[in-house]
Amino acid sequence: MTLVNEIDYGTPASKSEKMVTLTIDGVEVTVPEGTSIMRAAMEVGTKIPKLCATDSVEAFGSCRLCLVEIEGRAGTPASCTTPAMNGLVVHTQNSRLKQLRRGVMELYISDHPLDCLTCAANGDCELQDMAGAVGLRDVRYGYDGANHVFAKAKDGTANDAWMPKDTSNPYFTYDPSKCIVCNRCVRACEEVQGTFALTIAGRGFESRVAAGMSENFLDSECVSCGACVQACPTATLSEKSLIDIGQPEHSVVTTCAYCGVGCSFKAEMRGEEVVRMVPYKDGKANRGHSCVKGRFAWGYATHKERITKPMVRDKITDPWRETTWEEAIGRVASEFKRIQFQYGRDAVGGITSSRCTNEETFLIQKLIRAGFGVNNVDTCARVCHSPTGYGLKTAFGTSAGTQDFDSVEDSDVMMVIGANPTDGHPVFASRMKKRLREGAKLIVVDPRRIDLVRSAHIEAAHHLPLLPGTNVAVLTAMAHVIVTEGLVNEKFVRERCEMDEFQEWAAFVAEERHSPEATAKFTGVDPAELRAAARLYATGGNAAIYYGLGVTEHSQGSTTVMAIANLAMVTGNLGRRGVGVNPLRGQNNVQGACDMGSFPHELSGYRHISDDTTRTMFEEFWGAKLNPEPGLRIPNMLDAAVEGTFKAIYIQGEDILQSDPNTSHVSAGLAAMECVVVQDLFLNETANYAHVFLPGSTFLEKDGTFTNAERRIQLVRKVMTPRNGGYADWEITQLIAKAVGLDWNYTHPSQVMDEIAALTPTFKNVSFKKIEEMGSVQWPCNDANPEGSPIMHATTFARGKGKFVLTEYVPTDERTGPRFPLLLTTGRTLSQYNVGAQTRRTENVVWHEEDRLEIHPHDAEQRGIKEGDWVRIQSRAGETALRALITDRVAPGVVYTTFHHPMTQANVITTEFSDWATNCPEYKVTAVQVGLSNGPTQYQEDYEAFAQASRRIAAVEAAE
Amino acid sequence: MQQHDKLVMMANQIAKAFAPQGEARAVPQIAQHIKDFWDPRMRRGIFEHLDSGGAGLDPLALAALRKLHPTPQATAHQA
Repeated sequence: MTLVNEIDYGTPASKSEKMVTLTIDGVEVTVPEGTSIMRAAMEVGTKIPKLCATDSVEAFGSCRLCLVEIEGRAGTPASCTTPAMNGLVVHTQNSRLKQLRRGVMELYISDHPLDCLTCAANGDCELQDMAGAVGLRDVRYGYDGANHVFAKAKDGTANDAWMPKDTSNPYFTYDPSKCIVCNRCVRACEEVQGTFALTIAGRGFESRVAAGMSENFLDSECVSCGACVQACPTATLSEKSLIDIGQPEHSVVTTCAYCGVGCSFKAEMRGEEVVRMVPYKDGKANRGHSCVKGRFAWGYATHKERITKPMVRDKITDPWRETTWEEAIGRVASEFKRIQFQYGRDAVGGITSSRCTNEETFLIQKLIRAGFGVNNVDTCARVCHSPTGYGLKTAFGTSAGTQDFDSVEDSDVMMVIGANPTDGHPVFASRMKKRLREGAKLIVVDPRRIDLVRSAHIEAAHHLPLLPGTNVAVLTAMAHVIVTEGLVNEKFVRERCEMDEFQEWAAFVAEERHSPEATAKFTGVDPAELRAAARLYATGGNAAIYYGLGVTEHSQGSTTVMAIANLAMVTGNLGRRGVGVNPLRGQNNVQGACDMGSFPHELSGYRHISDDTTRTMFEEFWGAKLNPEPGLRIPNMLDAAVEGTFKAIYIQGEDILQSDPNTSHVSAGLAAMECVVVQDLFLNETANYAHVFLPGSTFLEKDGTFTNAERRIQLVRKVMTPRNGGYADWEITQLIAKAVGLDWNYTHPSQVMDEIAALTPTFKNVSFKKIEEMGSVQWPCNDANPEGSPIMHATTFARGKGKFVLTEYVPTDERTGPRFPLLLTTGRTLSQYNVGAQTRRTENVVWHEEDRLEIHPHDAEQRGIKEGDWVRIQSRAGETALRALITDRVAPGVVYTTFHHPMTQANVITTEFSDWATNCPEYKVTAVQVGLSNGPTQYQEDYEAFAQASRRIAAVEAAE
Repeated sequence: MQQHDKLVMMANQIAKAFAPQGEARAVPQIAQHIKDFWDPRMRRGIFEHLDSGGAGLDPLALAALRKLHPTPQATAHQA
């Protein structure tokens, strides 16, 4: 195995379709107009020496190393900033250029430490490479002059130009003594990440890279995305893991296992040890960018708390007992059989993981349906994007976003609803910000002033800070404006949509009660702003909607999704680049888990289980009779457990006790079951109620595929042996299947994908080989779309004509009143991921070590709450306590928290209200009261004690 | 919350979502939605509640459930 080498072309690719031809060193080359001479040269394999240029950022022209001569032109222009033109004759090497370059390098090296042998960049240093490339043999100036290298001069006096190494960031160091001030980090922070945390302070010899106001990196605005580290040509910015381990010897391209963006990474390895994860330039989701989670927060994979042996116990009050795989699997099989015999076939079920691969997910639902003869299988999409599935299927005919991520490059207007991309989907947020800096307009619909509303060089044209729970009213009011002000795209509607339904819908939304003025009293949105936002969306050019869980996690989540679809259809913003309806999916493979038939009512490819043709096809393929009735969804399973009719569950990679609403109900459900099987990396909160624990494998330990939010199927590749004794998660499921009598003999996940393709029309042409060849592929990938489908519904909708649905606003039953006067809404932060099982076990805790309650200064003052005080939050469901953060990012009357830490117990207060169509919980609206408290509640303390007791693992008895 | 209460709440939510389309179109869609997404024990639960009077059910939900589950008397009559 070798390192995957990526070519650095020096400057970004030009998108021009007009081609120009020039001659470089006697070789003719044809490139798109706007391509630099440097890049054109690299296209034919000619590496012009360079230091300040790299193809992730625009040309800068400062290092003066890439000089060339052009016939007929005076001087020696920089090849990075000089565009290729027809007929140019370029020379990249002659005695004049050699001399100039050597002179430049000589100056660089005269102010650079010569500790190459012990330097972390040894073997991967562009400065060293360039010294070699220009034939530098001597530095005439010596090293004793003014410099940034030595802390003290030879005579012992302090060197004021020297700065100590900044090691404040947990993942990388900044060593100013090695900096050549090429600006690549500064430009990466601006252009790639869009945070503008870095700058060059000072001028001339005093020029230094500075984070924030010349602070250390950790205290600055730096979001630790790693773009600067990647751009750095020297060891100035280096990963601490690289410093610790040394240069990698091989690398493997794989897919990140955090959010639904699905970034491609090179896992750079020494043997089976990860040296670093580096974003892969050819990754079509991330285009070479990363965030603090994917880039750096992978240490959980080798964390000491990982469970590596199967464990069993008879009662949840017993300590765990480590055992063999044989005994653990045998226990699962016998208990599920006993329970089905004793309580009826329907008493068992399972949850597939949206964190695991498509193949693993597919096998779990196959096990539940074919092995146990029930359809009680669900996935965590239930609690996040199930309304997306329902809503988009109803409107367009398929349960997925309409665009690829590249589409944003052509958007003129973006409307972000109930999503916080800079925290939840940071790599895509960087791409959005890039387009916004180019002039696209932004509308934000969110109760909270998220970072996108106003941050460096970004400002939303309109922010509609609606009251939580009023999405449908706000979006219907936007439709009202579009219809009544004559902004309907009549051509699109006439050609592409059901006309009768459109007319009925148009009359409905035009009713005065749906106007911005009429709805303002309960939505809290300024009618003039809403009207202006609706006009901008309808008339501002290519308009794209991006939305998140602030849309779906409501009692009207599905209705809101359909209201979004209505807006896109009525304005004709579908079927081409730059537009569309784009759900920002939470988990790495939540799209995939849904596609794979994880829902209780449907088989892979969103086909209802009651459909005889589909079911018969599966029955024949699997050799098993399937149940035609829909099964239980996660909340229904818990209800049935409390009621006594559901007794056993197999949960792969999901922590329902922490993540699902109304904790006391979830724990009551789990406690009522007789066999809870948890397959996970760690003893998560749900495992407190488990009887069998099957240690899982990380994404670094297995092969398979993930499908991201843009329907992109990408390979996950194994780079190390599973720590649990060698089993990938799909193999564990196969062991259970065999133990219950199924004749499964998969030897590689690619065989599972072949089965999926054979059974699922939208996956017909998908195979590991195809993905390998194309790098990734977006479903539908079949005979009609052999190369996949970046953009859907281009000429007709999947269902034929688009369907307008009447979206009546129905206020949630969860209302404020004298006892619970505030509305709690929840969200995420950049550095932590969901329940935090992974990120809490990394250095990411330095950014977010506890969840805080955000409260407006007005509400805080009324209650005598000061910054950092412990406060109690009570709802109808329960109470918890955490510390306050006073901020006007939330409106008066609204409070907000994240839920990354189990001690927060945010879900003790969330209620059981849910979306009408899918039972997706209403996490985003809970009526609460907030007051000062002394510290954690009794419940939190009791829970902590219970969790600790439940995690005991019995000492292995000495052999007699 | 009691199981029946929860099922009633869910059925009413579904009814309200389809209500704007008018009774004639809403009722079959409500019935179909419950048939498509509720597992048999949930349907049995709500039918039991229906048989014991169906208290608290929205009229549209009631009509849809009656469509899915003819009253036991009617069934007995036919038999």
